Amino acid sequence: MTAVRKNHPAAGYDGPPDYRVIGRHGVFPQTDHDEVERINYLAQMNRHLAARVVPGVKAAYAARVEPAFEAKNGRAIATRHEARKAMLEDPAFQTWSALRRMTMEQRQQAGRWTVIRQREELNAKAKELTEADPRLELDKSVKIPRYVSAIDHHCMPGSYHTEYCEGDITNGANYDHAGFVTTSGLLGKYSDGGGRAVAQWVKKNLPDFKPGKILDIGGTVGHSGLPLAEAFPDAELTIVDLGAPVLRYGLARAKTMGVDNVRFVQASAEDLSRYPDASFDWVQTTMFLHELSSSAMRNIFAETRRLVKPGGIVLHVEQPQYTPDMSYFEQAMRDWDAFYNAEPFWSRMHEMDLDGAMEEAGFERDWLVHGGVFGVVDRDLFPDAQEDETEDFGRKAAWHVIGALVP
Amino acid sequence: MSFEAALNEAGAKPAGKRPYFLEPQVERALAITMAVAQELAVARQRVDTLERLLVAKGVLSEGEVAHYQPDPVASAERQMWNQEYIARILRIVQQENEAAVLPDEASSGELVDELAVN
Repeated sequence: MTAVRKNHPAAGYDGPPDYRVIGRHGVFPQTDHDEVERINYLAQMNRHLAARVVPGVKAAYAARVEPAFEAKNGRAIATRHEARKAMLEDPAFQTWSALRRMTMEQRQQAGRWTVIRQREELNAKAKELTEADPRLELDKSVKIPRYVSAIDHHCMPGSYHTEYCEGDITNGANYDHAGFVTTSGLLGKYSDGGGRAVAQWVKKNLPDFKPGKILDIGGTVGHSGLPLAEAFPDAELTIVDLGAPVLRYGLARAKTMGVDNVRFVQASAEDLSRYPDASFDWVQTTMFLHELSSSAMRNIFAETRRLVKPGGIVLHVEQPQYTPDMSYFEQAMRDWDAFYNAEPFWSRMHEMDLDGAMEEAGFERDWLVHGGVFGVVDRDLFPDAQEDETEDFGRKAAWHVIGALVP
Repeated sequence: MSFEAALNEAGAKPAGKRPYFLEPQVERALAITMAVAQELAVARQRVDTLERLLVAKGVLSEGEVAHYQPDPVASAERQMWNQEYIARILRIVQQENEAAVLPDEASSGELVDELAVN
């Protein structure tokens, strides 16, 4: 937070920044007073649920849920699914879950209201910025796979791909401008704290790496991709995604942010045959794998192996895997998004042996690298995830890196 | 027109069946309550904005709202507004309590057949 005088009321403030500090690029929706305050309120609600309600859920798990399970079954809870199902019977988990789900639904409604009321103006702006620009490659023949069409991820109506009219960017603008609610500002001014963290990690751990071509898979509007293009201005970044609205919005956003070494391509990452083998020095996914399916992930891993050049890198950034040393309570809480926030692959993805999956795709075990990163934000204005002790299972800006350095 | 579109589409259902954690009736009422709580926060912030702007423009002085002392007439009007407001929002409680002592009342549905025949 901005330095404030001791004894000033703001000195004791601990919470999300005012939404008014958010970065406003050229296609960012206009937000009036009440729309800003709605977002502030919802960010505070998420913060409250994480900081002040979750401890009660945890206490109830120890005080009621575990003893009740043991009394009924004559043994302790032995899987995260048993933990979750047992908690579903407990009022503390029920109430927290209902409130967390409602906050997400209210956030979607708030964001959609703001965008839809000005949809014509936003679409016109995007058209002016992207029309005839070869860096936007849309392909109407791209089929939306079931892992995207069957359920709208994080309760976002229409997901990343639905278009409500010709040249529509509604779902890109909604996703971008109100994502602040979910992370309480932990992703920073342009929701790019994840991408900035990845760029920093690569520069620190691979100081001699000079990528020419970077591929960001499932990169939506460019939140996590643009920081790579900015960190390596001589590189050319390609962002692929299934959704036309996020790609249109993404290019318009990038141009008004002054990032020109990027192109946005509509394609399924399961089949990137439009690019020859060994096309990219760096293949990246950030907070993407959990929105896939087992077969899609296999196909995408195989494509990353095919597309990466010798001497190149493949990196995936995700929330931490479930490991034997993670309590069943924490695993069950982290699984919440899979069951109740429309991210169904989250559960399976986080229990997988990712190293094994990389090996199956053709990466050798001694090429693999692992690390951890925290969101990198403008610390004068935004909270630093590294210093934040509040655990908001699955939402915190603290991720694991798994990747391969290909010789 | 975008306003019509926003009315129809802002609250659209996302794809996928919704999970319920409480009795559906309770969860529905809670969802409505939480949306109203949100709008109350928004209205409170708007009032705060107005106060601060009025102070900045010299119309009000600092603390004038916080330390406002209504005269007796204004005080009575404001208290009456509170009474009216509470009576409005607790209408269902009043009506259920009135019904509690009228066990033999018929519903309109129950009267449909009776009045058709008699």
